[in-house]
Amino acid sequence: MTTQTSPQQSAPLPSRWERLRDSYLLYSFKRDPIAQLSLLVFIVFVACAVLAPWLAPMNPYDLAQIDIMASELPPFWIDGSDPAYRMGTDAQGRDLLSTILYGARVSLIIGFGAVALQALLGVVFGLLAGYLGGRIDAFLMRLADIQLSFSTLMVAIVVGALVKAIFGGATFSAYAVPLLVLIIGLAEWPQYARTVRASVLAEKGKEYVDAARTMGLPSRRIMFRHILPNTLSPIFVISTVQVANAIISEAALSFLGLGMPETHPSLGSLIKSGFDYIQSGSWWITLIPGAVLVVLVLVINLLGDWLRDVLNPRLYKG
Amino acid sequence: MSLLEVNNLDVRFALRRGDVKALRDVSFTLDRGERLGIVGESGAGKSVAAFSLLNLIAKPGYIAGGSIRFDGQELNGMSDRALRRIRGNRISMIFQDPMMTLNPVLSIGEQMIECLKAHRRIGRREARAIALRKLEQVHIPSPEARLDQYPHELSGGMRQRVIIAIALLLDPDIIIADEPTTALDVTIQAEIMDLLLELCEKHNVGLILITHDLGVVSQVTQRMLVMYAGRVIEQGPTREIINDPQHPYTQGLMNALPQMATPGSRLNQIPGSMPSLDNLPSGCAFHPRCGFVTRPDGSERSACRTRVPEFVASGNCRVACHMVAEMLDQERIPAEETPR
Amino acid sequence: MTATATLTRPATAAADSPRPLLEIRGLEKRFSLSGDFLEQLKFKGGKLVREQEYVHAINGVDLEIQRGEALCVVGESGCGKSTVARTVMGLLHPTSGEIHYDGQRIDNLSTQALMPYRRRMQMIFQNPYASLNPRMTIQQTLEEPIRLHHPDWSRQRVRDQVDEVMASVGIAADWGKRYGHEFSGGQRQRIAIARALAVDPEFIVADEPISALDVSIQAQVLNLLMDARQERNLTYLFITHDLAVVEHFGTRVAVMYLGRVCEVAPTATLFATPRHPYTRALMSAIPRLEDDRPQHIRLEGEVPTPVHLPSGCVFHARCPHANARCRQEVPELIARDDGSRVACHGVEEGRIQ
Repeated sequence: MTTQTSPQQSAPLPSRWERLRDSYLLYSFKRDPIAQLSLLVFIVFVACAVLAPWLAPMNPYDLAQIDIMASELPPFWIDGSDPAYRMGTDAQGRDLLSTILYGARVSLIIGFGAVALQALLGVVFGLLAGYLGGRIDAFLMRLADIQLSFSTLMVAIVVGALVKAIFGGATFSAYAVPLLVLIIGLAEWPQYARTVRASVLAEKGKEYVDAARTMGLPSRRIMFRHILPNTLSPIFVISTVQVANAIISEAALSFLGLGMPETHPSLGSLIKSGFDYIQSGSWWITLIPGAVLVVLVLVINLLGDWLRDVLNPRLYKG
Repeated sequence: MSLLEVNNLDVRFALRRGDVKALRDVSFTLDRGERLGIVGESGAGKSVAAFSLLNLIAKPGYIAGGSIRFDGQELNGMSDRALRRIRGNRISMIFQDPMMTLNPVLSIGEQMIECLKAHRRIGRREARAIALRKLEQVHIPSPEARLDQYPHELSGGMRQRVIIAIALLLDPDIIIADEPTTALDVTIQAEIMDLLLELCEKHNVGLILITHDLGVVSQVTQRMLVMYAGRVIEQGPTREIINDPQHPYTQGLMNALPQMATPGSRLNQIPGSMPSLDNLPSGCAFHPRCGFVTRPDGSERSACRTRVPEFVASGNCRVACHMVAEMLDQERIPAEETPR
Repeated sequence: MTATATLTRPATAAADSPRPLLEIRGLEKRFSLSGDFLEQLKFKGGKLVREQEYVHAINGVDLEIQRGEALCVVGESGCGKSTVARTVMGLLHPTSGEIHYDGQRIDNLSTQALMPYRRRMQMIFQNPYASLNPRMTIQQTLEEPIRLHHPDWSRQRVRDQVDEVMASVGIAADWGKRYGHEFSGGQRQRIAIARALAVDPEFIVADEPISALDVSIQAQVLNLLMDARQERNLTYLFITHDLAVVEHFGTRVAVMYLGRVCEVAPTATLFATPRHPYTRALMSAIPRLEDDRPQHIRLEGEVPTPVHLPSGCVFHARCPHANARCRQEVPELIARDDGSRVACHGVEEGRIQ
């Protein structure tokens, strides 16, 4: 009665660890020195940012610790530096090294926070638009188009102006971090929505979705339990790039004065605050945070490139 | 001497776990105007065999050994430049999916003229005239108009005809057709097979037809090879193999066809499935699925597990099977009486 | 409450014949090619007009399937057979016509009301590589339908049911923890069949379940389907283009062309005496092992697209026997005395032997 099969897999079932170890992801990673270096540098950054309160020689937000007499001191490899301030100080006498560590922290928090918000909005909208189609799809995609025509800058100006007008400038400064997360998150969700929608449209045509429908599964379950896990690859790929973009966006906004305030600086506002001093010779106030920012964004982009290459052929094979 | 002689062809794929042997020791010949069929299931290596003739195997595949002599010249090891003069010109290929083979942004005429100009020094007017003639040869209605049409404007059957026309543009000596009708409907398939047969006979063009469909092979080819797990296991005149298959795999394949079973009863199936090429059984690759490893008297034929079978001649056919070899050493037993 | 729609039986049906399990009456389905509303508006002759183009996939199909039967629907690409299968299973809504299951009209039921029918009707798909969710283990894939339709069952009982259906289909128990991509096409199709059988259905729609498989695996899977039919007393709607499979597996056959049924007959009758010119051409086109050369009836012209349907009989442009009436009048399925029904003017008039 039963038809005999000889399962191809006579080998024992691999555990999760073994699957990861033998996976193409790890194999490709081991062979790519750039990816390894980028990941190392990134981890160092994140570690420094997380451990900033313990690593930084002084707290740049503590007004009591700032000595205005110690302003514009150069970094340690130039004459005239002060050993207490390894990277020099800025125009107000804050230690640059500490400020950079705390600033990187702010940049990373905003970067990841904004991407989390974008992803949440974008994935949900993309799923609904792709799966339900019809009018909902048309509406959500028009919404995305409208959102895309407002650049991040405009959203920042509008939101910033509104908050400052209604609640005052001090409130804006106090809630700068969540506000920036909100601004950048709102400005960029269409990227996620479009990518997810395209994936969903591709998956919707596959027979396992039809099977789920003929079985009688409700739409919500099909969307989140069946289709969403299969659209994760592109989400990972764009997430890395979006983190880099968010960090740059925040830096740009702060540079323009629409972002983090001077008292609670991020890398971007540091660059801004030092900009006026390049002419007078204190180049380190701008350029050192600038270099840090560039390296941070570079390694994130490199990791993103590697991830895209690794996941891409799989995407084609479905 | 035959037009095409392939001897001991060995093709491997360099994967990260090691080299996988996709083709092992494949040999066959093709005379001018002869029609040969290569039959096997997916994974048997038939497409690899065809692609390797023109060195079209993509990395990580490579030809590890053997010789491919075409019209006296050795193709294995030939420079890409010299091979390009043969590809399309003297040996052309037809692939499975007509929509993927044609460039969607170029018109039919453009593609045909491009092919002609790549191999001959002729002007556009003359090239267009040749293209028109070939479209007429493949019986496409209103060929003049088709030259300016784009692939998506034609139906599947018409596209395949266009591809056959392109294959014929330079009057090749051999056409290799890799599953040319698998993607087509049954009635269109019949027409395309008819067309191929007519063209090969009329212009004395050799044909290597790769397919899994035994019915198609029986209707079109004069000789055939059966492949399994990268080796040829049976070859000979088509009619003889179809009427009297000797290798247990070929027998199993024929018996598994629904045409061969009484309606309503269970089909005769071959247990298990073809082994993957990186995990081949020892000895004869078919032995785990073969019902003839045990002799009728109950004793086991150990050679099946230990030695790769060599070819033995049986009538006009050559079979790589220890059981058949054994039978030929003793009296030749008619195939119908061998136990199922 | 859903309104129960009772069907008035046509006069030709015998008064005492059992009620069919599935009835398809006057089914029509068309797909719009024109995009959404904004894309349909075009500027023509100085006015804003709304242009709509449709793919007429199904153009009036009447079929019924009795309990225990295996009805095979054959045809070439574009004939609408897959669309019929999907409409029967509720993946598509008919443009017009009705579908009745066990006497109850189901094509207009709400999702809630349709649930009990979803347990009784299951589907097997063509592409084994796309019909399993790549991110779910086999165990999860098989448990899901059981949990859905039997929410009150205990975990153990669900697992027992999964074990049982896996055994009946010839799947080893340890496959449960693996993922779909670890298996070959034939094995995946086996798993798909297990999923369909897991809820103990009575009716199975199989859409070209073996076309994507190798010949020797086709035999295995077909045997599996036949065994399941006998053991579980299943009724099949089997879509295929392979007439050899039909001859072996089907009890009755329906031949479709461009969205209409040309001929319906018991299998043996159809293969012994095909009457419709398209059926004859189709059968002659199957490459047979006995042939030395292709020996098929050659049809004129190309298959017309379902976008612009021919007038009258959909087959008239390619039919060697077409006359003026064929070009104008759509033929109806007319019963003949050997149990077959043919939609052809030529056959009705006795012009074609």
